[in-house]
Amino acid sequence: MAVLRPGRGSSGPRLTGSVCVWLLVLASVASASRDNETWRNPARETPEDSRHQTNSSAHRKAFPVLSFNYDHVRKPFEISLWILLALLMKLGFHIIPRVSNVVPESCLLIVVGLLVGGIIKAIGEEAPVLDSKLFFLYLLPPIILDAGYFLPIRPFTENMGTILVFAVVGTLWNAFFVGGMMYGVCRIEGAQLGSVDLLSCLLFGSIISAVDPVAVLAVFEEIHINELLHILVFGESLLNDAVTVVLYHLFEEFSHAGTVTVGDALLGVVCFLVVSLGGVLVGAIYGILGAFTSRFTSHTRVIEPLFVFLYSYMAYLSAEVFHLSGIMSLIACGVMMRPYVEANISHKSYTTIKYFLKMWSSVSETLIFIFLGVSTVAGPHAWNWTFVIFTVILCLVSRVLGVIGLTYIINKFRIVKLTKKDQFIVAYGGLRGAIAFSLGFLLTNNEMKNMFLTAIITVIFFTVFVQGMTIRPLVELLAVKRKKESKRSINEEIHTQFLDHLLTGIEDICGHYGHHHWKDKLNRFNKAYVKRLLIAGERSTEPQLISFYNKMEMKQAMMLVESGSAAKLPTIVSSVSMQNIQPKGPARRRAIPSISKSREEEIRKILRANLQKTRQRLRSYSRHDLLIDPLEDNVSEIRFRRQRVEMERRMSHYLTVPANRQETPPVRKVCFESENQVYMYDDSESPTGRASQPQPSPPDAVSLLSESPRGPDQGGAPRAKGNAQPRAKAPDDQEEQEQLKLSRCLSDPGPNKDGEGNSSFLS
Amino acid sequence: MGASQTRSEHKYQDLMDKTGFSLEQIKNLHNRFQQLSGNEETIRRENLDNIPALAKNPIRKQIIGAFFDKRNQHQQEVGSFEEISFEQFLMVMSHFRPPTLKTTEEEKESMRKEKLRFLFNMHDTDNDGTITLVEYRKVVEELLSKSGAIGQEVAKAIADAAMLEVASTNVPHMAPDDFYEGITFEHFEQILNGLEMESRMHIRFLDVDTTTVRCGRSTS
Repeated sequence: MAVLRPGRGSSGPRLTGSVCVWLLVLASVASASRDNETWRNPARETPEDSRHQTNSSAHRKAFPVLSFNYDHVRKPFEISLWILLALLMKLGFHIIPRVSNVVPESCLLIVVGLLVGGIIKAIGEEAPVLDSKLFFLYLLPPIILDAGYFLPIRPFTENMGTILVFAVVGTLWNAFFVGGMMYGVCRIEGAQLGSVDLLSCLLFGSIISAVDPVAVLAVFEEIHINELLHILVFGESLLNDAVTVVLYHLFEEFSHAGTVTVGDALLGVVCFLVVSLGGVLVGAIYGILGAFTSRFTSHTRVIEPLFVFLYSYMAYLSAEVFHLSGIMSLIACGVMMRPYVEANISHKSYTTIKYFLKMWSSVSETLIFIFLGVSTVAGPHAWNWTFVIFTVILCLVSRVLGVIGLTYIINKFRIVKLTKKDQFIVAYGGLRGAIAFSLGFLLTNNEMKNMFLTAIITVIFFTVFVQGMTIRPLVELLAVKRKKESKRSINEEIHTQFLDHLLTGIEDICGHYGHHHWKDKLNRFNKAYVKRLLIAGERSTEPQLISFYNKMEMKQAMMLVESGSAAKLPTIVSSVSMQNIQPKGPARRRAIPSISKSREEEIRKILRANLQKTRQRLRSYSRHDLLIDPLEDNVSEIRFRRQRVEMERRMSHYLTVPANRQETPPVRKVCFESENQVYMYDDSESPTGRASQPQPSPPDAVSLLSESPRGPDQGGAPRAKGNAQPRAKAPDDQEEQEQLKLSRCLSDPGPNKDGEGNSSFLS
Repeated sequence: MGASQTRSEHKYQDLMDKTGFSLEQIKNLHNRFQQLSGNEETIRRENLDNIPALAKNPIRKQIIGAFFDKRNQHQQEVGSFEEISFEQFLMVMSHFRPPTLKTTEEEKESMRKEKLRFLFNMHDTDNDGTITLVEYRKVVEELLSKSGAIGQEVAKAIADAAMLEVASTNVPHMAPDDFYEGITFEHFEQILNGLEMESRMHIRFLDVDTTTVRCGRSTS
């Protein structure tokens, strides 16, 4: 049967969706089957042609124009086809809007997996199972890295205590409760479970007790609850990996031996510490290495993202070598690396990293759920009603009890207490997922394995389907606080910093060393030593507020580029501009300055000579209102142009100000340094007057300064918006920047521009 | 001994009602107060200046100023004190108490307003009810004061951008000739709404006396 490309121009999304589904199901089935001689592959290149050519003279066979050799590419072909299937499914779900609002994506993907598995089984083939090695080495790391790299640090560290308690104590409680109770259940006479001993039950308990990060991410991503709850559940799912690893190995070792002594239990505790701290240490080391490497990549920007990925993956693998917690290692690596790497790499690399991580984690997640569905159909099952039902019930009960009990204790130590609603969401969000399945799959004990696997799958299905589907209406019903959508403003950032210092100060006055004190100390250590080591160039001493401000400027510049023209304004539609907030001079009149004619001519000549492109027209004074040449996507150019517009406005404003202002000391200069930093020299505006002398600048800049024309020195020089330019975007920008010298900052709005107010400075 | 104890408890009761601290916390703070003041009844700016840990804080002048600011005493007076008593010290400290599980929504609202008012007073140094551009610039400059020359130049731009943001959000349509005087308290509340001040602006007031263990003593 031929594989048709699904037609794109079909009538209606539902038709497209179902066509996609069926065609790809067929395609994947076809790939799984092995005897398929009628498969046409018209695009095949046959390098064997040449060989046949030489042989054709010897043999009398007809020359094969078209040959078929599927085995050659079978493995990559199948893998690609599966991935393609997964992604087309994902695409399909979003085209069908109604379904994706009600059912979370993970459920849909599992259903698709079930379908595919069913079809494969129906035609008698052997379906691929979610191989543990595949899962742990290839599918899981991208998801965890994505989570770890973009982990919101502030809420995570603020709630670290709570998260750790839930992760460690909560998981231990779950494991022992479920294990113990299941052992009790197994003792029940009629259940035919007599052969299950305590250790096996505990092993089972430890597998099933861990909250799964993949499932949590998949579901919580769509419900947008507030940051606190999200980080609590998600952080718990990440950090409980260490506990799971230790318990699993402990019980697996001893299920062969038969008993566990107290000594072993103590060793288990030690092992836990080693596993978790060791994992974090390994991750941190690789993180620092990655950050250090990124310091030197300014000449090879293209491979920067690869460093991030590879160091992180190595961290994971290295931790797995020693049976340390790979997940914690990966998280530690991402967290450690990120602030320094982001300061060093170019903007494009940053975007690349972000998108690649999102892409890989998305693919992984999709594949995991589909394979989970397929494995359900494929795997050998041993269904035991008692066992399964009790497992599900006990999991729920233990989770609820655990959360309530722990919250009661935790609230004594928390400032912002967890309310009952919060507790409910935390308990309800404890989803199990593929990690439990894979761990179960790794079990070597065959008789119990099938029963355990069946129970695990049931629990996973229950949590993902029932809890996953109902959590969204419940969140709305309980009116749980949602994530605030607004982006961070500069005011919030200023005040967050201000608050940090204020609270540290108050703590110092009170005389006790609290959180803020230690955080402040850590920050200072970071700034003094670590940043200098790991961040290249000038940015190592850049304070956080300035980085934030630069990032914001970048974002706005990007927005302007993307919006393409002034017709589509960014979100804040406001006609307020810098002009409205600048304090005007004591006399607000627009008197024509009495500068001499010759001076005027001089200024005008210089301005005109250095004008680059005057395609912009000043229509209003909003900083968002800017005509941009859509052909030009050079961001720095845009930023610079925006600055120039500002300067134009400023300049015209100043030239309409009474003459006495222009006698001020002559120091308005802007110069560009090779590392794209703009230093602003300013005078009277600063109330402290500290910046009234031109600051000595690095040697690069001096040469530029000396070339500047003398004319605009006295007055009339615009006050540039001082912007320290962010991390160097691309080396090719630098050349351009060099050319856009000082003098070009002064631009001529033109003699006969809009008659309204500011822009004309000639009569 | 018994009489003086009940008398001090009675005095503390008054303070407890006014500021909301517990008896333990008031006692600890009193010990700290004694330590700072050198066992006198009042403290002056110099006493706070001498705390060594504060030296590295970029906004320490504002913090110390806030203690001596009459506006933070909730008594509708303006100006500043030369020295403050324990009660006034406590009043300022009470701005940093966290909400409890029992705090109702209205109480949280008023707590938030109070804390924002405290911050506003710290910025509005001339007490005209608005934070002007000059004052805001001063704030940002102080914040960046430990960052050298780069900090100073960019501080202006940051303050300008921030002011612009406040103006754009609160008064979106201004004609080119209008002048935005400054950030009023309402606008201030508006822009910091997302930060949830009542949960962020607090420190832990310990119930355990830590002054004997601390080395952050002021020289007296």
